Amino acid sequence: MGGEPVRRVSGCGCVLRGDDIDTDRIIPARYLRAITFDGLGEFAFIDDRKQAKGNHPLDDDRFRGASILIVGRNFGCGSSREHAPQALARAGFRAFVGESFAEIFFGNCVALGLPAVTLPRAELVRLMESVELDPRQELVLDLARGTLASRAGTQSVTLPDGARRQLLEGSYDATAVLLEAGDAIEATAERLPYVGGFAR
Amino acid sequence: MAPRSLLDKVWDAHTVRELPSGQTQLFIGLHLIHEVTSPQAFAALRESGLRVRHPHLTFATVDHIIPTDSQSRPLSDPMAEAMLVELERNTEKSGIRFFGPQSGHQGIVHVIGPELGLTQPGMTIACGDSHTSTHGAFGAVAFGIGTSQVRDVLATQCLAVARPKVRRIEVTGKLAGGVYAKDVILTVIRRLGVKGGIGYAYEYAGAAIEAMTLEERMTVCNMSIEGGARVGYVNPDDATFAYLRGRELAPRGAAFERAVAWWRSMASDRGAAYADRVSYDGAGIGPTVTFGINPGQALGVDERIPRLSEVADEERPALAEALAFMGLRAGDPIAGAKIDVAFIGSCTNGRISDLREAARVARRGKVAPGVRTFVVPGSQAVQRQAEAEGLPEIFRSAGFDWREPGCSMCLAMNPDRLVGRELCASSSNRNFKGRQGSPTGRTLLMSPAMVAAAAIHGRVVDVREVL
Repeated sequence: MGGEPVRRVSGCGCVLRGDDIDTDRIIPARYLRAITFDGLGEFAFIDDRKQAKGNHPLDDDRFRGASILIVGRNFGCGSSREHAPQALARAGFRAFVGESFAEIFFGNCVALGLPAVTLPRAELVRLMESVELDPRQELVLDLARGTLASRAGTQSVTLPDGARRQLLEGSYDATAVLLEAGDAIEATAERLPYVGGFAR
Repeated sequence: MAPRSLLDKVWDAHTVRELPSGQTQLFIGLHLIHEVTSPQAFAALRESGLRVRHPHLTFATVDHIIPTDSQSRPLSDPMAEAMLVELERNTEKSGIRFFGPQSGHQGIVHVIGPELGLTQPGMTIACGDSHTSTHGAFGAVAFGIGTSQVRDVLATQCLAVARPKVRRIEVTGKLAGGVYAKDVILTVIRRLGVKGGIGYAYEYAGAAIEAMTLEERMTVCNMSIEGGARVGYVNPDDATFAYLRGRELAPRGAAFERAVAWWRSMASDRGAAYADRVSYDGAGIGPTVTFGINPGQALGVDERIPRLSEVADEERPALAEALAFMGLRAGDPIAGAKIDVAFIGSCTNGRISDLREAARVARRGKVAPGVRTFVVPGSQAVQRQAEAEGLPEIFRSAGFDWREPGCSMCLAMNPDRLVGRELCASSSNRNFKGRQGSPTGRTLLMSPAMVAAAAIHGRVVDVREVL
């Protein structure tokens, strides 16, 4: 347990414009009727893609095989469903670059070893334009340096220190780290009067 | 010690240790699970040879996939039945208490926690569901988590999380008649935006919040996440303690008195520092309705849908997308929009007081021809109470469809769903594209009384004109 360190993600990008894209759109609730995450990849953005009739970025040949999804503001808002990053990972994405991410979505990404880094709006727009112009270019996200290299130049990306360390160290799968606390967990419980039913 | 907020007190009391990542290892006092986000967590636990560390601190129910026409087994949808069986198996093997369909306590996880007395002030509460913020109404620090984190809690009773900043949101004054907690929270989200709460816990305060019942406070805290805030809470007070007294799983007798003293001590201190403060005049809030595809796209029922030229540059693409999807015209009033479906229920507004308010309106008319309706109590306990008060008869005689408890058409994981481009007046929490089960279905969020009024008139109306 713990996972492989994630220091660098490279590959082509896919530009998905739009703000406040919620997890219901990433994976509609009807695909949550399951007891595993298997097979979710093909249903990522399924309803948006149907409505776009082939014009959705995930169906765009120019972005085929992309590993970095470039999104707008407040991406992944709404439902806590981990099915959303699970579906995107199964659709081939290994990192996200956006203006901002909803908190629960961000935490779910980190737990799966998927970096979700941010760029200020103007920088993000520059990156989007560059990738749209030249979709086959290779992007290199370097977490140790905190940079994203592309034809738009080398841009400084932001990732909270905690998440960055977890990814670089491969400690993002938190169970192992939390278990290390050992008896300190029960010692904390003992100090909380409600855990013992306010018996004293 | 310097004055502290409730968030800080609860956080400090539950800190096991600071992690090298800078996050806190936070002890979780109450873990709630349901059939949708837990099976993969139990599977991961089995794969790593771990067991549930504190099974008596986790409680389970079935809510998202349960049908509302009949709960009899096997459930009509084989996949729903498989999910329920999986939860039964996982909870039984782990020694976790499960409030299933036969228990008399089944219901939406955020409705049954409080009504059983499980939800208490000063606790940390986690659940694989973003509306866990609901429990903050009692002065708990409660938040939604993903499935990997459900596994973390099962295995360690802890989470690795970063301490949020606190924004104090005061709603002053007194709400007018026909204006509800739902209108307050829709107004807060409209003002602060759907991402305004990222990184924050929202502390709701002020005379209008303090005057609210616990059920109303739950409605407010429930939708904190729609404003981007993972946590929302109200400081515990005498109303909180009165609600909890005598609840089945709350402390009793002398233990209850000790509990009240501790609960009271966990409230924010006077003079506590906040990262941000905002204040709104409660008397200035009217019945509020969403018109777009996120909960921040809301209007007073007497307002007009904004034109592209009337909003900030960066809001324009979202507004254009919303207008195109909703088929609504900029400049038109939202009142008068013709609805096809009315849904009353959900963890936001599926409690007994919500049904009473909707019934008050339902008494005054009949459901308009062609409008499909769903009235879905939030739990079996709410259902029993409604039956004791004669509410189902009121709804039925007005032509409303009275159903069995569950999440139902809030997210349409069961057979209750919109068809095609139907427009739904809904007391739920999300108006996202496709949220109510049809990819092209459309949702207008509003209070339960407003939904009942819309059902009767077949279009969006100001409930103040009906009451």
